[in-house]
Amino acid sequence: MSENHQISTMDRVSVGLAARYRKERRFRLFGISAIVASLLFLALLLASITAKGYTAFRQTEVLLDVYLDPAVLDVHNLATANYAALVRDAALALFSQVESRQDKRIIGKLISTGAAYRLQDLVTSKPELIGSTRPIWVPADDEVDMFVKGHIPRDVPEAERRVSDKQASWIDQLVAADRLKLKFNTAFFQAGDSREPELAGIRGAAAGSMFTLAITLLLSFPVGVAAAVYLEEFAPKNRWTDLIEVNINNLAAIPSIVFGLLGLAVFLNFMNLPRSASLVGGLVLTLMTLPTIIIASRASLKSVPPSIREAALGVGASKMQTISHHILPLAMPGMMTGAIIGMARALGETAPLLMIGMVAFIVDVPNSFSDPATVLPVQIFLWADSPERAFVERTSAAIMILLLLLLAMNAAAVFLRNKFERRW
Amino acid sequence: MAPAMDTILDMRDVIMGKDEAEAAVATKARKVDRDQRTTVGVPFVEEPRMICREVNVFYGDKHAINNVSIDVGKNEVLAMIGPSGCGKSTFLRCLNRMNDTVASCRVTGEILLDALNIYDKKVDVVPLRAQVGMVFQKPNPFPKSIFDNVAYGPKIHGLVNNKTELNDVVEDSLKKAGLWNEVSDRLDQPGTGLSGGQQQRLCIARAIAVRPEVILMDEPCSALDPIATATVEDLITELKEHYTIVIVTHNMQQAARVSQRTAYFHLGDLVEVGPTDRIFTNPRHQLTEDYITGRFG
Ligand SMILES: Nc1ncnc2c1ncn2[C@@H]1O[C@H](COP(=O)(O)OP(=O)(O)O)[C@@H](O)[C@H]1O
Ligand SMILES: [Mg+2]
Repeated sequence: MSENHQISTMDRVSVGLAARYRKERRFRLFGISAIVASLLFLALLLASITAKGYTAFRQTEVLLDVYLDPAVLDVHNLATANYAALVRDAALALFSQVESRQDKRIIGKLISTGAAYRLQDLVTSKPELIGSTRPIWVPADDEVDMFVKGHIPRDVPEAERRVSDKQASWIDQLVAADRLKLKFNTAFFQAGDSREPELAGIRGAAAGSMFTLAITLLLSFPVGVAAAVYLEEFAPKNRWTDLIEVNINNLAAIPSIVFGLLGLAVFLNFMNLPRSASLVGGLVLTLMTLPTIIIASRASLKSVPPSIREAALGVGASKMQTISHHILPLAMPGMMTGAIIGMARALGETAPLLMIGMVAFIVDVPNSFSDPATVLPVQIFLWADSPERAFVERTSAAIMILLLLLLAMNAAAVFLRNKFERRW
Repeated sequence: MAPAMDTILDMRDVIMGKDEAEAAVATKARKVDRDQRTTVGVPFVEEPRMICREVNVFYGDKHAINNVSIDVGKNEVLAMIGPSGCGKSTFLRCLNRMNDTVASCRVTGEILLDALNIYDKKVDVVPLRAQVGMVFQKPNPFPKSIFDNVAYGPKIHGLVNNKTELNDVVEDSLKKAGLWNEVSDRLDQPGTGLSGGQQQRLCIARAIAVRPEVILMDEPCSALDPIATATVEDLITELKEHYTIVIVTHNMQQAARVSQRTAYFHLGDLVEVGPTDRIFTNPRHQLTEDYITGRFG
């Protein structure tokens, strides 16, 4: 009887067992397919961005022999000289066979207006060169650039492309003469925004992002940690602190544009802080990041084992000593991770900054917290909105830079966590 | 009282039948017994270090310690035994006001440490806890080096003037805790890397490094294996020379081995106190006897 009973138990168990394992396998399969799907999408995103954007890191340049004409360049008045004329003359000199005024104008347009600035920089830094003829690489116009990079195909009817057959032949001439090359696009990393794609760079937006994030970090981390420590360690547990807690959790879920409107009302209209400044951007992002940092910091304070607290109190440490000597060091990795994740979110934030005017077209690279500035995601937004074909690749390139920064910040978070994490 | 009770009994006999009436009286008797229960044995000593009088502890509405009066003598080991949840830890934690950290906890009565009422409003818990040290159930070294673990107390209390003195205190404490020989060559390694028994001795060293007068131990060996337990018990016997020790334990052999006096707690009451050998050989209260003979635990 008892033996029979045992056998039937085993049988039943093994019947159920198969079902259990099937369930487990099914679950694993779901998990794996979910991960594979998300990895595929990620790979697709990265691949398409990279494919579109990597060409932006190189820029077509043309080698001109510029005669630095003393008649045009007045040593005492270098700022206002007509550099563009010198560039055009040098460009025309390459095509001696061209006669008509119209063709000449088109040839002038093969060269970017940025060439004049490059020439000006050269002459201003080395006035002794005036009077000589210098070979200079200058940026080509964005349409030439697009044509060279193959974004404007040759095999469509002339009427449907922005580079005519004549222009194409001139470009081919330049290539044959070794006077047209793709070079590393320094402007992209050194310039601010520009209407001309070949002159536009992310330096201004990157600097703006840096200033904005610096303000955000400097304000939100100390304030957030202090608030978390107070709420977690000192505040009495009553209805008021419950209310505060609920509100902080709610704040973390508020759409960021609302913070932008708040910033507009308080910082710009009431406090009269400068419009478009990274200072105000930082303040707005601080408001937005604070709840995240407070919540992360409280969670990491809570995760410090109570035995450590008791150990410190047991040897007679005061509350403040217990916190600063034991609790904070143990909670710090979690707090820093929270802060970095908050910063990464702030780095990618666009909407609230639109509200406070950081969407303005700003050419100059900001030098201080109060200079008008824009930030990387807003720059991406602006470029994505521009009609020129050349801005497409620059948009993708800027996204690549932004993603790299985000990746670096997340890597820093992981690194800090592993470095400071202690076992108990 | 007795005649009145009889009358009630008679009336109940009439009303609800004999069995039920008897059960009701039994319940009532138990309740009376609890309300009027006084400690059996002598809870007071000649040379007390700590004096507790009519101590009551509440967690919110829950009455966790009921009117406990007891002395802790100089250089003695007082063991507190009793079933789980009877309030041993609660009472122990009153002795250095660790209960202050529990928001809902309220303590009434008097607890004196050398004539100072430690629950007086003017008393600062920081120096109090330097005088009444504590060792916890689960070894809880700081996630710092062995040296820093022991040096922490002396440093924050300003007990040492320079590095040499600090080194001496650390060495001395580790020696007293019987750990020196095992760790002298790796003081800079994390205390959390030691074995359980070593960690607990490290915690004892940390507690004695601030030279307390009283050391409270809450089941210090319950997380340790028998060999580590034996080491810690030997240590307690040695520490008795310099310190007053109050130890909570679940292990009656341990109480018998290390303590001079034993206090038996039951549901928040101090049921019986007496010299350890007397308690274990000749308990006077029924509850004590039931507990030490293993009838419940
Ligand atoms: N922090 C607390 N809040 C509420 N009740 C508690 C708390 N700590 C202990 N108690 C209660 O007080 C009683 C005594 O607990 P404790 O002193 O831990 O018992 P023991 O150490 O003897 O096992 C138990 O009934 C327990 O539930
Ligand atoms: Mg306990």
